[in-house]
Amino acid sequence: MKKKTSFFARTAVAPHMVWAVVFIVIPLFAVIYYAFTDAQGRFSLESILQLRDYIPTIGLSLWFGLLSTAICFILAYPFAYFLSQKKDSQQKTLIMLVMLPMWMNLLIRTYSWMLILERNGILNKLLTLIGLGTPNGFLNTGGAVVLGMVYNYLPYMILPIYSVMSKLDNNVIQAAQDLGGNRFNVLTRVIFPLSLPGVVSGITMVFVPSVSTFYISQKLGGGSFLLIGDAIESQFQSVNNFNLGASLSLILMILILISMAIMNRFTDDDDAGGLIV
Amino acid sequence: MKIASRIYLILLYVFLYAPIAVLIFFSFNAGRSTAVFEGFSLKWYGEIIHDSATLSALQNTLVLAILSSVIATVIGTAAAVGIDRMRSKVLKSTTMSITNVPMMNPDIVTGISMMLLFVFAGKLLHVNNVLGFGTLLIAHITFNLPYVILNVLPKLRQTDPHLEEAAQDLGCTPFRAFFRATLPSIMSGVFSGLIMAFTLSLDDFVISYFVTGPNFQTLPLRIYAMTKKTVKPDMYALSTIIFFIILILLIMVNISQARAEKKEKIHHRH
Repeated sequence: MKKKTSFFARTAVAPHMVWAVVFIVIPLFAVIYYAFTDAQGRFSLESILQLRDYIPTIGLSLWFGLLSTAICFILAYPFAYFLSQKKDSQQKTLIMLVMLPMWMNLLIRTYSWMLILERNGILNKLLTLIGLGTPNGFLNTGGAVVLGMVYNYLPYMILPIYSVMSKLDNNVIQAAQDLGGNRFNVLTRVIFPLSLPGVVSGITMVFVPSVSTFYISQKLGGGSFLLIGDAIESQFQSVNNFNLGASLSLILMILILISMAIMNRFTDDDDAGGLIV
Repeated sequence: MKIASRIYLILLYVFLYAPIAVLIFFSFNAGRSTAVFEGFSLKWYGEIIHDSATLSALQNTLVLAILSSVIATVIGTAAAVGIDRMRSKVLKSTTMSITNVPMMNPDIVTGISMMLLFVFAGKLLHVNNVLGFGTLLIAHITFNLPYVILNVLPKLRQTDPHLEEAAQDLGCTPFRAFFRATLPSIMSGVFSGLIMAFTLSLDDFVISYFVTGPNFQTLPLRIYAMTKKTVKPDMYALSTIIFFIILILLIMVNISQARAEKKEKIHHRH
């Protein structure tokens, strides 16, 4: 056996290495550089200290992110389970139907929710028919923002959980039933622990985009529910304070690293579940 | 129980498709309203042809998606081969973690980090308006790369390394041996990486939003600009067309996969 990586392999990976250093690693350092400097490029902690004003924003983002992740989990878990109980040929079609909406642009789907939720929207009209309409509609509420997050990222929860569930060994489940486990016990003590890797990757795949979104909160929250993503977006696109924007991004990155580290403690298997699309 | 599970599945599908159904419905509206249906009409479908800004955004999107996915597939496939054959475990895992950064990081952070690099580089080189097609292309290649690599790597693990060694022993150069022996057996992974990169690029809004300049608009960016005021219904019409094209493509892929599986099954029996 050869000991060293062959010349051919080194040549093959070289362009990617250069690319990754220039366009992945250096930009991350650029974020740190901007976060710790002022507009003149001098070292300054001003932008970092300004983060104190954003504690409520960060708190709200985390709260909405957690809420939408929890709702996605509650909705997706039984969905994935029922799906995995279907016939193989049906499963393929049904899972394709879960992925299909993701190919329609996220912005236009979110805009469509605006049409559904607004005062003269379809939902309020239907509810008025049965006497439950509200004069203000549902748009521009915190609930609408969470709904938008749940809607957009639900497939990211369903797909990894389903991918683990569909590979579960039916014999294990049968054995548990044969040994006297009732439905509930089989679910909580056999199926759930085995599906944990899928759950963990589903949670990260929903939490990360929910916490960092700016589009959904802008459109469905009507500007009254500013999230950390909105704060970053406005610093870069309208206020032009790149330093503050960078320090907000830095804190967002750190928050996500921490939550991923916490999640990874629940599984030691890092490549199971994961992406199936 | 069976009925309950069926109802549950149906309800969630209704939820997933409700906004899409609304869009498709209003794309056939004779009027401009998105609250009242004023009669069936194909007017907005005809209108697309006259909406030159939308058409050029569509063209930009396609050019960008094709270029970035092809370039990412070439760099990424080569990289996957190199990573697969790395002897040093530390180097291998470091390379993989760096590669995965754009996948793990929130899009907004990826977007602004690259924007900061481009702006900084522009300042150093005294180039004004550095943001545009070039920076957009670089950003798209960057976020496509991990998906290509992750699609190709598992296929490489399944291939028999002796095949390529045999080809080399028979006098092939390493380069030729790779193209003749290994590439055909990882082709399905390369292809799915390419498709995935293409669709990601097609649909990306957040990263593009930060790294593009005023002179280059893609379709998601155009939709975003429109949603700041009101969206012209021809955009619903265009989205409906795109939706059905993708639906048809997916069905075709599914059928061809099913066929390939059947073939394989027959193969195994012999």
